Amino acid sequence: MCLAIPGQVVELFPDQPTSAMIDVVGVRRKVDLGLLQDDLPVKGDWVLIHVGFAMSKISEADAADQMRTLRMLGEAEAAIEEIEGYGLENAESKKAS
Amino acid sequence: MKFVDEFREPEVITRTSEEIRRLADPNRHYRIMEVCGGHTHAIYRFGLKDLLPSNLELIHGPGCPVCVLPMGRIDDGLSIAQDRNVIFAAFGDMMRVPGTQGSPLEHKARGMDVRIVYSPSDALKLAHTNPDKHVMFFAIGFETTAPSTALTLMRAKNHGIHNFSVFCNHVTIIPAIRAILDSPDMRLDAFIGPGHVSTVIGCRPYEWIAKNENKPVAVSGFEPLDILQSIVMVLRQLKAKEAKIENQYKRVVPWEGNRAALRAMADAFELRPYFEWRGLGFISQSALRIRDSYAEWDAEQRFEVPGVRVTDPKAAQCGEVLKGVLKPHQCKLFGKECTPEHPIGALMVSSEGSCAAYFNYEHRKTATVTSIASVA
Repeated sequence: MCLAIPGQVVELFPDQPTSAMIDVVGVRRKVDLGLLQDDLPVKGDWVLIHVGFAMSKISEADAADQMRTLRMLGEAEAAIEEIEGYGLENAESKKAS
Repeated sequence: MKFVDEFREPEVITRTSEEIRRLADPNRHYRIMEVCGGHTHAIYRFGLKDLLPSNLELIHGPGCPVCVLPMGRIDDGLSIAQDRNVIFAAFGDMMRVPGTQGSPLEHKARGMDVRIVYSPSDALKLAHTNPDKHVMFFAIGFETTAPSTALTLMRAKNHGIHNFSVFCNHVTIIPAIRAILDSPDMRLDAFIGPGHVSTVIGCRPYEWIAKNENKPVAVSGFEPLDILQSIVMVLRQLKAKEAKIENQYKRVVPWEGNRAALRAMADAFELRPYFEWRGLGFISQSALRIRDSYAEWDAEQRFEVPGVRVTDPKAAQCGEVLKGVLKPHQCKLFGKECTPEHPIGALMVSSEGSCAAYFNYEHRKTATVTSIASVA
């Protein structure tokens, strides 16, 4: 729950301005952009995600740092499990190849 | 110090550790509290204690949401889903936390409809896909998760989803720090401020700690180097007899916080007059409740809640550990009756709880060394 997961915005939806498809080491899920409405990310931006909501925009280098920190903390698997669980989706079916 | 080589930039880590030793006055004992459970986990996981002088003590703070939740709130939340057509939805962290009649997982085994969700918006989605049931989201967390719950409430209202409610246990970090500083058995020199909470609230809310309490604060990231640099920052201030707020985690934490998140929280929540914290007792204006404008989505207003109060097991000393008065292993139950496999106190449940972190990294290490020694 307290994990901050770095992801890249790979798709925005014109009809759903408050959500974006993000990619976290190959796993793609929709996250909520409502908490970044003052400074919405664009495609290619990196964000930190908490419980399904993008909370801050970060640099690509900081995103890589954050992923490494999660690995060092032994929490990378939990982070991926969390991302895979977003949208109540089946964990295995939507993995990007 | 075999760990150092595994870190990124090991030579910087070594230099920073040396800097800490230089700054620390050998005739003084330092007590620095890391407020956030994520930092506690990182400190044990990375073995950072080995990089610090013996007269510098890190005190583990109250920043683990699962750990500070009183057992009565778990009972109350579960009672709503008992014998009703209600789905109990919560984050995975909550599932093994014991209530007096067992954890949510044990209630699930007895037939309650308990679901793990990874986001409050997925609890709302559950309500949408289960129109014949009511979905209650058991909300927990500091300011890191509270804005997401707030936005979910706003969405429920805007989309007119009426079979959804939130049982709100969100707490705020500043009053807990104040309660700890007011505690007569507590002596602290400085704080390592929480990284992700500060993404939302910014650095300003800590200013009173420097101004009124004359104690330095460094808001910190979670890498080993971040935490060591934050210790350097507060030691420099202590040496210069200064007290101010420094932001070590500038790459993520804006000084002003996240305004959109703060607006969402202000829209959906108001402060409770008081709230009970496990181990710390009742703290005034330390938690959030749902505003009357969202009464229909407030589980506490929608359902009858028994308001259970449960005294922690007398032998467990969670309160003293939470306030940093006792180290985890100094509790009578630590590693005996209370282990991560069979937790009695909540500090043993979450990986961010200081007892679980101590057990997993320090206690097991010591146990291995002892058993090797006895074989030799």
